[in-house]
Amino acid sequence: MAEQAIPAWKKWLEGIGEQGVFFTRFVRNIFAGGFEWSEFVRQCYEIGYKSFTLVGITSFIMGLVLILQLRPTMVDFGAESMLPRTLSIALIREIGPVITAIICAGKIASSIGAELGSMKVTEQIDAMEVSGANPVQYLVVTRIIATAVMVPLLTMIGDVIGLFGGYIAINLTDDISFYLYFHKCIASIEFIDLIPAFVKTIFFGFAIGFVGCYKGYNSNKGTESVGIAANSAVVTASLWIFVIDAIAVQVTNLLYY
Amino acid sequence: MAEKDDIAVADQSEKVDRNEVVIHIKGLKKSFGDKEVLRDINLDLKRGENVVVLGRSGQGKSVTIQCIAGLLTPDDGELDVFGEPVTEMDEDELKQLRIKLGFLFQSGALYDSMTVRENLEFPLTRVLKLKDQQEIDQRVEEVLEGVGLLDAADKMPSDLSGGMRKRIGLARTLIVKPEIMLYDEPTTGLDPITSREISELILNMQRKFKTSSIIITHDLECAKITADRVLVMNDGEYIAEGSYEELQASDNDFVRSFFNEQK
Repeated sequence: MAEQAIPAWKKWLEGIGEQGVFFTRFVRNIFAGGFEWSEFVRQCYEIGYKSFTLVGITSFIMGLVLILQLRPTMVDFGAESMLPRTLSIALIREIGPVITAIICAGKIASSIGAELGSMKVTEQIDAMEVSGANPVQYLVVTRIIATAVMVPLLTMIGDVIGLFGGYIAINLTDDISFYLYFHKCIASIEFIDLIPAFVKTIFFGFAIGFVGCYKGYNSNKGTESVGIAANSAVVTASLWIFVIDAIAVQVTNLLYY
Repeated sequence: MAEKDDIAVADQSEKVDRNEVVIHIKGLKKSFGDKEVLRDINLDLKRGENVVVLGRSGQGKSVTIQCIAGLLTPDDGELDVFGEPVTEMDEDELKQLRIKLGFLFQSGALYDSMTVRENLEFPLTRVLKLKDQQEIDQRVEEVLEGVGLLDAADKMPSDLSGGMRKRIGLARTLIVKPEIMLYDEPTTGLDPITSREISELILNMQRKFKTSSIIITHDLECAKITADRVLVMNDGEYIAEGSYEELQASDNDFVRSFFNEQK
């Protein structure tokens, strides 16, 4: 038993070390000069624009469902008028960023993992490296930064769409004007709600891009490795999102309350 | 008289150049886990020479050229390219060396999200840092013409046949005018006619660009067409060396069986 445990333990430590080396290569290549702007813009389009519909629909349904679920309880307490406030705080502080990040982990981390994994299997990364070009700068830096930029943007758009979903849900049973609803939502949000929520989405985006790139770039050379890289990227990125979220909540509480 | 002297100097320099060893390998060893893939590899590649390494699949032929390109680190032995030890190079030195090395992968390894033209422009803009679009276009057309695929410039790699992908892979490698070419199974998976065309293309490109080459293959036809010198590999070491004709008449059982099996 002990003999089996040691290699697993060593392997885990090796993995941590490899991720550290990969992170160092990423950081060094950000400042190495010759940033790949065209590839960065292409990745922003692939990551941001192509995820917009999915994030939008999910956020709309999330806002709608939250109001439908909250409403009976709020009515029991005679706090029906608090629905816009409750939704906006829940959505902007927690549900919006986490749900958007989880969707992006499923869509973007898997796609980056599979793409780089298949490039590794078909020796495209080796070909880039052996030609004297810099695959980390071209493939990794652009993808990680694009994800760190686009996930916060998607979250912000998703939050607004989610609030709109809430407005529709309230108007299914009650009657509230568009202006009054959004006035109540915005009035209940403070600066302190927005900044931590925004900052943590940058970390979510970074984690999604980093994990996707690391898993794909370091996949083994075999077709099944592509599937493993994609799957492992989703699982690991999702886990990191919850870990970052837990840390973010603690840090926010320490700083502001 | 002066003209004759010039010619003599030129001839002499040609002779000196051709004797220059561009790759020197001595006692190279490489293992993966318990499996010893390279036991004792010794090779000197001279400038302008085509060396073919023949051997069965899974014998570590490709591992040797991956060590030369710095993709793998050998466990032991000397490995010098242009007189510089590859194993002691840092990332920047390795990058500079790789500009002088061309590596044709078995699959062609074309970047499948880019068109053929973008594939060819990639090393020009990223490695040679060329900015003049006219010069870039000229070099792209020159290599495409060289491999006979001028009309494929705007196609995606997925629209190309196996032979065409290898030609474009070769064009992408040659576009930076490397001094040494490393070919990993350039004819594997191709029909005999296309294989022959690729082998002849390798020879033509070597003559045109004056490169030194190591060609890893188990295709005897390819070896026959391209080789100045053939090395036969078995069990992690080179067991025979000579011209194609010399090895064809070899007394060594493995070499004889290798040549006879493929007849």
